[in-house]
Amino acid sequence: MKRFDASAVILPLIGVSVVLLVWTILSATVARDLPSPVKTWQESKPYILNPFFKNGEMNQGIGRFALLSLIRVAKGFLLAILIGTPIGFLLGLSTKFYQAFDPVIQVLRPISPLAWLPLGLIIFQKSEPAAVFTIALCAMWPTVINTAVGVRSISPEYLNVGRVLKLSRVKMLKKIIVPATLPYVFTGFRLSLGLAWLVIVASEMLTGAPGVGGFLWQEYNSLVYSHIILSIMSIGLIGFGLDRCMGVVERKFKSV
Amino acid sequence: MAYLEVKNVSQSFTRADGAAASVLRNVDLAVEQAEFACIVGRSGSGKTTLISLIAGLLEPDAGDILLEGKPVRGAGPERGVVFQNYSLLPWMSVLQNVYLAVDAVAAGLSTAEKRDRALHYIELVNLKEAAQKKPRELSGGMRQRVAVARSLALEPKVLLLDEPFSALDALTRGTLQEELARIWLDTRKTVVMITNDIDEAILLADAIYPLTSGPGATLGRPIRVDFPRPRERRELGRQLAVRGLRGDMLAALSKTDGKSVPVGVTL
Repeated sequence: MKRFDASAVILPLIGVSVVLLVWTILSATVARDLPSPVKTWQESKPYILNPFFKNGEMNQGIGRFALLSLIRVAKGFLLAILIGTPIGFLLGLSTKFYQAFDPVIQVLRPISPLAWLPLGLIIFQKSEPAAVFTIALCAMWPTVINTAVGVRSISPEYLNVGRVLKLSRVKMLKKIIVPATLPYVFTGFRLSLGLAWLVIVASEMLTGAPGVGGFLWQEYNSLVYSHIILSIMSIGLIGFGLDRCMGVVERKFKSV
Repeated sequence: MAYLEVKNVSQSFTRADGAAASVLRNVDLAVEQAEFACIVGRSGSGKTTLISLIAGLLEPDAGDILLEGKPVRGAGPERGVVFQNYSLLPWMSVLQNVYLAVDAVAAGLSTAEKRDRALHYIELVNLKEAAQKKPRELSGGMRQRVAVARSLALEPKVLLLDEPFSALDALTRGTLQEELARIWLDTRKTVVMITNDIDEAILLADAIYPLTSGPGATLGRPIRVDFPRPRERRELGRQLAVRGLRGDMLAALSKTDGKSVPVGVTL
């Protein structure tokens, strides 16, 4: 039996304590406007202990805000992988397609969500589809690139099997190329989801849509600084959870 | 005219520095139907290149490869290949791997019939119990059996074996050699097998072709092996004729190069 490892619990606790201590000292000395951990907890308590209340569009429990953000991220992420995966396969399979579109992708890839959002607002005239559009555009690149790399690094042994069996193009894709690429595709998905979650805050801040990011911006404007910290922590925890979940799915395909 | 013919084939590769490196030069080979031909050569002598050319995975720079008098164009299921490193698809079970091969050649059959045919070949290599397993759950010897079953399931005109047992331990290799001999007696396929083991060739082949060391390797004159089948490994070991044969082989292999690196003799 595995022995209980005390340091696995104690050391992370020490780490958290150090951060809380530094935070307390900062709020008591140099950054007077920064709420202390105790004050943050007291002012955030109603939002945490009753996470699903709703008293208005921008006055909801943190759980409800998180849910709204997650739904928006899910839409953007799904759009990203629906567009990104086929593009990735095309880039990997066709040298001509790669030569044509790789420069475009390399230029589009580093563009910040803050730059895309106004364009989305112009195109869609509404904040919700603009936010989803921005998330999808920013989040799809890791899926595109990982899929393309995956297709290009398929072992020639597998392709030779397909050639000896004279598989049709469709069969070759279905039986050999897609399954061999899946582990890479899922690594792309995990990175894309992480990016989508990063983008959500920016897009909600600019569009004012209800969600964790929107709440954060509203509370900044209403000078309730402890709620900014509440939002930041929620964003961090949820992002961590999402990454872990995708990590589990990814490992499932890696073991093949 | 022989069943499978390699006529005056030469092949070279472009090296990293741009110079052409000749691998095979003027290779001739003629294999009759239902004949078991072995090509013996040292590692690095161009054996895998030769089998890739016959398989159609590579195109020769010069010369022709003819099957039943018709030139070979590209790879195809009538020339089943057993690769040195098994090349099983790891995301598929043993049955699925073999089924994929059956499916590729037997378009007219129903799903159940194709499944039965796949299972038949899995049984032929004694892997019935492992049909549902994934390749990673199998030992090296079992994986190579699956690869043999997959190639046989194509019911090819020619079976090409590229050092199929070289990655296995000596005991497993011995067992698989005997199984291959049994399967060959049952099916009487035309076989071209590459090996670096003279005794493996003597146990299995009707004719052994020595491949001289590269660069610019070529096939020597074939040595006939006329021992009656089924051949018994220990029985062969006692025969004086085998020793003579082995001596001929070693002489043929070391003819063109001065080096005297020993070729595997394990009998």
